[in-house]
Amino acid sequence: MARELTMVAALNAALRDALSGDPRTLVFGEDVGELGGVFRVTDGLQAEFGRDRVFNTPIAEAGIAGMCVGLAMAGWRPVAEMQFDGFSYPALDQVIGHVAKYRQRTRGRVGMPIVIRIPSFGGIKGKEHHGESPETYYVHTAGLKVVVPSTPLDAYALLRGAIDDPDPVIFLEPKSRYWVKEVGEPSTEGPGIGRARTLRDGDACVLVSYGAMVHRCLEAAETLAGEGVGCRVLDLRSLVPLDVEAIAEAVRATGRAVVVHEAPLTLGMGAEISARIVEGAFDHLEAPVVRVTAPDVPYPPASLEQRYLPSVERIVEAVRRTVGY
Amino acid sequence: MSIDDSADHPTFRILAPDGTPTGDPDVGLDDEALRDLLRLMIRARRLDRECMALQRQGELTVYPPFEGQEAAQVGSAYALGPDDFVFPSFRELAAAVVRDVDVIEYLRYHRGTWHGGPYDPLAARFAPICVPVATQIVHAVGWALGAKLDGRRDCALAYFGDGSASEGDFHEAANLAAVFGVPAILFCQNNGWAISVPLAEQTAAPIASRAAGYGMPGVRVDGNDVLAVYAVTKAAVERARAGDGPTLIEAMTYRIGPHSTADDASRYRSEEEVAAWRERDPIDRLRGYLLAAGVADEGFVESCRAEAESWVAEVRAGLTSLGPPPDAELFDFAFAEPPETLLRQRRELLDGA
Repeated sequence: MARELTMVAALNAALRDALSGDPRTLVFGEDVGELGGVFRVTDGLQAEFGRDRVFNTPIAEAGIAGMCVGLAMAGWRPVAEMQFDGFSYPALDQVIGHVAKYRQRTRGRVGMPIVIRIPSFGGIKGKEHHGESPETYYVHTAGLKVVVPSTPLDAYALLRGAIDDPDPVIFLEPKSRYWVKEVGEPSTEGPGIGRARTLRDGDACVLVSYGAMVHRCLEAAETLAGEGVGCRVLDLRSLVPLDVEAIAEAVRATGRAVVVHEAPLTLGMGAEISARIVEGAFDHLEAPVVRVTAPDVPYPPASLEQRYLPSVERIVEAVRRTVGY
Repeated sequence: MSIDDSADHPTFRILAPDGTPTGDPDVGLDDEALRDLLRLMIRARRLDRECMALQRQGELTVYPPFEGQEAAQVGSAYALGPDDFVFPSFRELAAAVVRDVDVIEYLRYHRGTWHGGPYDPLAARFAPICVPVATQIVHAVGWALGAKLDGRRDCALAYFGDGSASEGDFHEAANLAAVFGVPAILFCQNNGWAISVPLAEQTAAPIASRAAGYGMPGVRVDGNDVLAVYAVTKAAVERARAGDGPTLIEAMTYRIGPHSTADDASRYRSEEEVAAWRERDPIDRLRGYLLAAGVADEGFVESCRAEAESWVAEVRAGLTSLGPPPDAELFDFAFAEPPETLLRQRRELLDGA
């Protein structure tokens, strides 16, 4: 029986099913206990699984990430929550220095089956430090996988896949999509981590995106369809591994690409994706790849954030330019 | 730097520098175990000096010597059980010797043929060598939490230095350990110098005294007195096994050599200071006590030296025969299941394809 669920509910279900399915799974972080996390993603889990399996930690992000390493060595599967993107940076030392490297440093003897969930990205009128796009820091750190869901059902599948993964996964949750509903039954079936998915077909241009911006791409595609411009929309889902073949295939089919993300322009995912397009589909390009991103400034206050984030209008305009090139 | 009792935190000691007991020397070890402590310290120092030579001969890249810290490491590691887990920093080769870590594999790190954990950390119960200071203390707390959740009676011991105690990770680890009440021992080897920065420029209070602020016992011990180090560590292990939580130990010792073979200690400290600490040599101290107490004789000491000599020769032979790892190992361990994007890079780099 299909049901309607938000991304918060889907993530909660994924955690519940993972905790039920494997007694070695642990969920911890700041306020994840009785409160259920500031976004309620862990709502009810402590009551159901007890304080040994689901527990609050002191406010200590480096400590949370570092404890993941020790717990993994002791045979546990930690799923840690960083409360907000902008508060996750104290943990970078442990993530870059150990979580990402431990498997290689130990010649494969000590794996790090760790998931670090980070409510990320903007669009919720948050205070400063509550709307950051940290994906590039993690993507550039060899040894990590990085995933970003865009819809509730895919969030469920990706989180289950991340928890089952033998390697560490940084799980970036688009806060602005937390409360948007989708109808369907959560399932672990479907493309795994490392595979993109096509959400709309079209032959004039491909819109490549991930997270909340996927939905602005879909809106833009709808507008453009009214002008007779068919856009394919590719939801990357996984930034590491990156589905470079799906990207190249989409460009071979359409000849044009617009990459959209919330992170600032310079050295954002758009740079990598553009390079991959050049490497994999150069001969098929009818126009230069265009990036629609945030500008290279720190995340602005709430009253300016919609000017900062890629708007549907900017995406539409970018497609018009590339199609008219 | 002083280790006198007149300092602002009492220092636990059993043997005076000349080996004369100033406290009860019965720490629960029989004569064979007491001789074993001396044997291990002699073995460790001989290996340390060989490593310095190996570095000078180009067989190791950079090496951080531990001479002077044998009692702190051997005494503490000796207090652990076989299933306890050590989280070292980068100067704990003497502790590794006690834990029977494969020393040749360990030294691959300093030979530059692999990173932190070339030995099997899970089998050895000895985590990878850890250079980002203090980060390993948090790992020990995580491991200890895991042991507690498993209902096991094993504990984790993290080694770190006086300089590491200035890092945020020390604070987070100590607080987490106390809040979760985990079976962990935070073992600080205070050797007086963090590369060139002396203790007085690192901290304004005894490191052991911080324990009160976290809600755990803090003990300062004469780190060159192996019996005292063993006794305080053993007590911390028993506390941990009883479910009474973590302990912070500050072992006052001294690094006789440079920070590493790349360091020139003469730029920041005097020969007189080093000479004064040589007078407090940890091996001489235990040997003096064991000879006076009739637990060992000179013949035993000589046999330890001979045994260390032949063992170190084996280590040297094993180490110097090690070649570089094959190029393919660049790619073999980063991921359990390497993504296609990485496999493509592997083909390009290794096969030119």
